[in-house]
Formats: sequence, structure tokens, C-alpha cells
Amino acid sequence: MSSKTTILQQIRDAKPAPRRLPNLPPDPSPDPAGWEEAFREVLAASKATFVAPQNLLDYVKGSGARTIVSTVAGIDGTLDLLAIDDPLQLAGVDLAVLPARLGVAENGAMWVSEAEAVHRVLPFITQHLLLVLERKDLVGTMHEAYRRIDIAATGFGVFIAGPSKTADIEQSLVIGAHGPRSLVVCLR
Amino acid sequence: MTHARRAAKFLLDEARTDWHDASLWHVRSKRDGSISGIPEWESLRQLGSDIKDNVLSNLDAYLEEFEERATANGVIVHWATDAEEHNRIVHGILQHHGVDRIVKSKSMLTEECGLNDYLETQGVEVVDTDLGERIIQLRSEPPSHIVMPAIHLKKEEIGALFHEKLGTEPGASDPQYLTEAARQHLREKFLAARAAITGVNFAIAETGGIVVCTNEGNADMGVHLAPVQIHCMGIEKIIPRAEHLGVFTRLLARSATGQPVTIYTSHHHRPKPGGEMHVVIVDNGRTTQLGREDFRNSLKCIRCGACMNTCPIYRRSGGHSYDYTIPGPIGSILSPGIDLKKHGDLAFASTLCGSCSDVCPVKIDIHEQLYKWRQIVSAEGHLGAAKRLPLLGAGTVLRHDTLYNFVGQAARTALRLAPRAAVYHRFNAWGESRELPEIPRESFKQWYARTQNPPA
Repeated sequence: MSSKTTILQQIRDAKPAPRRLPNLPPDPSPDPAGWEEAFREVLAASKATFVAPQNLLDYVKGSGARTIVSTVAGIDGTLDLLAIDDPLQLAGVDLAVLPARLGVAENGAMWVSEAEAVHRVLPFITQHLLLVLERKDLVGTMHEAYRRIDIAATGFGVFIAGPSKTADIEQSLVIGAHGPRSLVVCLR
Repeated sequence: MTHARRAAKFLLDEARTDWHDASLWHVRSKRDGSISGIPEWESLRQLGSDIKDNVLSNLDAYLEEFEERATANGVIVHWATDAEEHNRIVHGILQHHGVDRIVKSKSMLTEECGLNDYLETQGVEVVDTDLGERIIQLRSEPPSHIVMPAIHLKKEEIGALFHEKLGTEPGASDPQYLTEAARQHLREKFLAARAAITGVNFAIAETGGIVVCTNEGNADMGVHLAPVQIHCMGIEKIIPRAEHLGVFTRLLARSATGQPVTIYTSHHHRPKPGGEMHVVIVDNGRTTQLGREDFRNSLKCIRCGACMNTCPIYRRSGGHSYDYTIPGPIGSILSPGIDLKKHGDLAFASTLCGSCSDVCPVKIDIHEQLYKWRQIVSAEGHLGAAKRLPLLGAGTVLRHDTLYNFVGQAARTALRLAPRAAVYHRFNAWGESRELPEIPRESFKQWYARTQNPPA
């Protein structure tokens, strides 16, 4: 008997009587008035910073980053992502500028899939990350977020809610663990 | 050695115990602050618990659905009945690709299976990439907490370790500096690894994908750079639909560290172009636990660690005192089912205060299960004499009204008159670390009769 058959049979012998799958509660009434403020506040608490849309170009130019990649229209990178076939070649990226598809007010999480990142490792391997999000793509909670996106539409997608961080040494917060050392958000 | 003995060792350093206690209570307090922003928190917990009830009652169908969808997505799914089979499967994948060095992100399942040791005996270099995990790996220690593996260590100890192993400045203990050193050290490992292993937070039956949550980004650095990615999951990690991630991602990080969500919530559905993606589904005793009506709820656990942070015993005894992969209250209800003789004493590593059940995001009745395990430990004859004999005596006294009154009176008199050495001595295990309250002159019964009479 295969291990699969064994495990499934043991589950059938052991499992409890059927229990109904609960319905999820309806979304809270659509009151997006406070969303942007909540979104900004929670991201600031996670040590992300913001750049105004009119300053975006200047910010990228003035960032001091030598190797820049961008998939945001109107922002030019110094490296053509489509010309790269091995993700290891992204090890020297200083700044990645990517669109986020969706933002969640309650926790600051932003959805970036491989459609936006082209290479899955890009939002992680870059030293600094800049995400551009349209105001209209803000939602209130994670419940709404998962209704709006299709997580299986691409092979990989990630919610990003700040620069990479760790508190593994005596609970001291350190920004820049393995991923980006900073996250800048442009809400437009 | 029992949990109590190992805890006694931990408690020898009082200042350190206080520090450990305060660190964990700080995390518990952050959790409280973070859930206060969610007015529907209690109904969210209920929802999480109800979804997991449905999962347990339909686990076989969900796993089959998951495998079918994952396979259609180009993922290779493996099944392992126990730890040994799991380790052989993982090694087989690595062998097939001629891989002799891998990076691994945090996975309590691979700890449970002893994967690192197994792979190292097969000549594969395993590098744990979560900072806390790397620290304890360099110290050849198991994790002491499931979310914060190195919570028992001081920065000076980590500084000394990094000086020895990574060549950092002698005496340097600044967390920022040490983290930067680990970042540089591990970046080289990420770039060189040909395979990456992660645990799984959630597997979605409906889509055939898996979700991995981290703050550091280490799981993603590993998985996206290495051509071969392997995700190891226990059978209970399955959830029915993508929309249920809304419930569990809201519960997980808030309960674990008080964050509104982990920095990265990564959804893997298909291998990268030119890459391979494997999922290993592991039983290793879980179906046995599923068959135990009183204890099957323990399989709802989403591994947030909240029960550890709140537990007055865990905070003052440290994760290593449990001598099991998953320490703390949840580990104490999982481990007796694995080996009652070895881990049965963990059912007693609790005050039964119920704080663990109160904070559990999926409402596992942890303290009630601890109580039930105690009865099984006793019935199976695994109680030590220091517990068994007094309980036997107490049982007799409590069953007989006259005897109870007499013994109560005798004890109140004797304890008031007896010199301290007659009460606290080496045969009184209970009194080793406890003080009796002030002895009252009368019993509650006497007080009640005196003050409430005549009855209405």
C-alpha cells in the first residue's frame, strides 16, 4: 500500500463526524474614508516611508542607487529585467521600483505577484524596494483582499507589509534582515 | 530527567529567569495591544476554530483535492507516513539533482523529523537561514521557542558565538551589527544553494498552493534563487479555500508577535520557469492524534506561539526544559501522544490557569487537554511516587467526610505548632519551591456554620 493510501485510510478511520464549513462574515459596510490614514499609520509603524507621486521621479534619481530596475511605467531602470535569465544576476540590484496590485488598510500589506516583479526574487534580493500603489486599489481588510485577488493566477505572489526585519536577538527590532533594507511606498 | 528537574536548572540563574519571563510577557502584551484594534477578534477566533473543525472532519478529501490541484499546477506531491520516510524523500530529491548544500527556512516539521541531522549524515550541508534558527544551529542547540528560536539567549552570547563562527569583532553585541554580519554571511549561502526547503503555514485545497509567512524574507531568498524548492507540511496544515487565508492571516501574526501581519506572506503555486517545486505531506503520528476524541483539537494549531508567551510555567522554565520540538502548553498536549512515558510529565508543567486557551487564536482547549492527559498518565502508571502516594492519600481523605474533617483539624493544629524543618524537608517535594499560606484557625465549613447560622 502506498503511503498516500495508508495516510488517507488512517484519516478516514480516525476523523470526527462531518462539521459544516462556516460562512465568512460579509465585508464591513464600505466606508473607505479612514482607509488611507490607517494604511499610512500601520506602514509607518513597520518603518516604511512614503513618497508623494509628484516627487517619485526625483526620489528615484536622487536615491543614490547605482543599479535600478523598474516595472513602473515612466520610471526607467539601469538594468533590463527581460534581458536577465538567471535570478542570481539580480544580486547587485540597489533599488527595485514595482507596482503593487492591491493594498490593505488594516495591516499595510501590498500584493505583488510575479507579473509585476518579473523575477520572483526581485522584491527580496534588492537592497531597497519602492512600491507604487493606486489609491483606488486600497481595501479594508484581508478578507476583502483575498476576494479581490486570485492567488493562483500567477505561480507566485506575495503580500509585503514593510522592509524585511528581525527581532531574533533579544527582541531588538533590526530593519534589513535578508530582504530590502528599506521600503518606500508611493500612493497615487 | 523530568520537566521539573530541567526547570530547576533553568531557575538557578534568577536574574536570567526574570529577564526571560519579562521578554516573553512583553510579546504577550504586544499581542494584547494588537488585537484591541479588531473589535470582532473573538468571532474571528471562533471562525478560525470552526474552519479547522471542518478541516479535521474532511481532511482526506481536502488533501486529495490539494494534491490534484497542485499536480495540475506542475507541483510534485509526496506523502510520508513518518519522519524517516519524510527524510528519505527529501534526500532523494536532493540526490536526484546532485545537490550537496541547501538553505532552509524555519520549519517545525523538519525539526520534528530530525531532517538536519539526517541530511548531514548523508553528506548534505544544511544552512538554517532564519536568524534565530541560524544562531541555535551554530550553537548545536534545538530551538527554545517556535517563533523566536533564540529567545533564551543574551546578545552578548550571540556576539561571542558570531565572533567565533563568523569572525565579527570581539566583544561586539549590538543587534544591528550582528544582524548585518548574519545578512552578509547568509547572502553567500543563498546565492550558492541549489535547493531550498521551507515549512508551510497554510496549504489551500482549492488552489493547490502553499503559503509561507516570514518577517526576514529568508524563505523567499532561498526558494526563488535555488532551482529546486521543497516545502514540507504536516497533514493538518490544509485549509479549504483561498478566502480562508483572510481569517488565518489576521489571526496568526497578531497572536504570534503582535504585528498586524507578517512582513511577507508568500503564495507559491507553480514552480519557477525551469525550476522544480515539491510538497511533502507528512503524517508522523497526526492521524493517531486525530483518532483521539479528547485531543484531536490540538491539530488545529497554527503555530503562533501565543500559548508559550502567556504561560507562567514556560516563561519561567525556558523552552529547552520541555525537551520536545514544540515546547510550552501546545507541545505539552502534543508530545504525550507521541511518547507517554517520555513526555507524560509535561502534562504537569502547567498551573491549569487556562491562559493558554484564552489566547489561542483557534480556541484549542489546551488546559483542559493537559488535565485529561494527567489522568491518562496516572491511569497508565507513569506517575512518580512523589505524586502518586500523596494523591492516593488525598483521594481517600476527600472521599470520606469524617476523615476529611478530622484530617483538616489535625493539619491546622500540627502545621501551626510544627517547626519549619518538620514541614519543609527533602521528602516534601511540593515544598521545595512553594510556601504554604498562613494556616487558618478554622475551616471554611466551620467559618460558614459560625457566620451564616442560623440558616434562613
